[in-house]
Amino acid sequence: MNILVCISNVPDTTSAINFSSEGTSFDSNGIQFIINPYDEFGLTKAIKLREKHGGSVTVAHVGLVTSDPTLRKALAIGADKVIRVDLEPKDSFSVAKELANVIEQNSFDLIICGRESIDYNGGAVPAMLSEFLSLPFINACTFFECTDDSVKMEREIEDGKETIESKLPLIIAGQKGLVEESDLLIPNMRGIMTARSKPLEVCQAITNDTQTHSVNFEKPAPKQDCKMIEAGNEEELINLLHHEAKVI
Amino acid sequence: MSVIIFLENTGGKLKKSAFETLTYGYKTAQELQTNCIAVTIGDCFSQQETVAKYGAEKLICIDNSLLDCDNQSTSEAISQVYKKENGVALVLSNSSYGKPIGPKIAVQCQASFISNVIEVPSSLRVRKKSFSGKAFEYAQSQLENVVYAISPNSFYVEENPGSISSETFTASNIGESSVKLINLEKSVGKVSLAEAEVVISAGRGLKGPENWHMVEELADLLNAGTACSKPVSDIGWRPHSEHVGQTGVAIAPNLYIAIGISGAIQHLAGVNSSKVMVAVNIDPEAPFFKAADYGIVGDAFEVVPRIIDSLKKFKENN
Repeated sequence: MNILVCISNVPDTTSAINFSSEGTSFDSNGIQFIINPYDEFGLTKAIKLREKHGGSVTVAHVGLVTSDPTLRKALAIGADKVIRVDLEPKDSFSVAKELANVIEQNSFDLIICGRESIDYNGGAVPAMLSEFLSLPFINACTFFECTDDSVKMEREIEDGKETIESKLPLIIAGQKGLVEESDLLIPNMRGIMTARSKPLEVCQAITNDTQTHSVNFEKPAPKQDCKMIEAGNEEELINLLHHEAKVI
Repeated sequence: MSVIIFLENTGGKLKKSAFETLTYGYKTAQELQTNCIAVTIGDCFSQQETVAKYGAEKLICIDNSLLDCDNQSTSEAISQVYKKENGVALVLSNSSYGKPIGPKIAVQCQASFISNVIEVPSSLRVRKKSFSGKAFEYAQSQLENVVYAISPNSFYVEENPGSISSETFTASNIGESSVKLINLEKSVGKVSLAEAEVVISAGRGLKGPENWHMVEELADLLNAGTACSKPVSDIGWRPHSEHVGQTGVAIAPNLYIAIGISGAIQHLAGVNSSKVMVAVNIDPEAPFFKAADYGIVGDAFEVVPRIIDSLKKFKENN
């Protein structure tokens, strides 16, 4: 099974987020970048599927050379190859267009994306990909199993869980559950060494057309001081929630 | 030119998100000086008067038999309505149902797509949540046609009564579904996190899954959803679906009560859209107290039962 995993390069989850002084762009100063956590679940799943069914795991990424350390980590974890489209990602539409082009130039049985990236949270790339490529698409996938001629998946919905069957080729947007947190792989020394000789192919972008533009950013207003209530005086909490906050 | 509002329903009854999308759609139509039309899937005619109260001029019920998980056919059917009604904007909820279809409709209708919006657009510029709740962003559409996916529980609901007509629409050329629904497991008797007005959440401070009865009892009293921190779902005390935070579910209830959760930046990112937050923690230095509106320093095993007792007393008197 030849699998493509689409990866975003995002600020570490522990990062405090800051913007340029005019608020027009993200300030990456001092920020550690990582594989988008939803994509990492997908990458780990892809590696497990390769162990079981054979085939290859390719990683696709739209971004500049600054993403390479993150992409090398994907190779160190176990991806066979990386294709990086040399374009600064600006909106979901252009990123999906580029990824669709990569997919059309190759042949994949399964395309795994993350449910969304934890930076801009667009959550649109996998669905747009499925439109551009006319492939079936399952969002928020928490389970994936492959038999000879069909795949079985689970999808989380607000009030429950759907079990779905479909056929390859197919696009899934995954999250935790595809694999567990404890399954996530940490690159070992051998992985890091072999990653250096694995192919990281850079290709030119086909378009620079965007449909949306981030004008500026702002941080949430600072909260007022927390009102502390003595333990033992819980009635006061209920009182405040009722009379002051008016939420119960 | 019309604003098209996609309404979600269960068994012909509008979901809570429908009232947010209706209000948002109406306000957007006002901004664009045009009218708005509601569209839904299945027989929803019994809701016509309700929809009229929120300002839609027409209710269109798509009568094709469409699976919830078949985002291809669903998006195509809605796109056909959008084109037929000469849509200029489409409004839907950024829910598990809306998420996969919004971007597809945008591509099908040559519209741009903006998700997690929380304010009505002005000159194609709109405020949205970004960086998993750590920031807000103003996004500008470069196209005239836009699909707006609104962040659940983040937009107000307001009535704008008017008159309404309704009709049935049958989408054409809908192919056979490429996905098959094998099983649907509904969590019975539980308040869904996305729709909950109140959420009670607990972390490792509860020491073990056997202690969750306190959380559930408190949740029952407040008709609340139950949630947990990431470590708790990672060690399997609670299901993944309850994990709220940056890499879990993002929620925006009126009241969020966090019990024994220290308040790591990743956790706060997913819950800081809550209107009011209460933290209960044994550690006075827990970061959650910097983010919460009300706090109690104390042992959860003593504090929570007392909150439950106080609440019972309060409910008897109110």
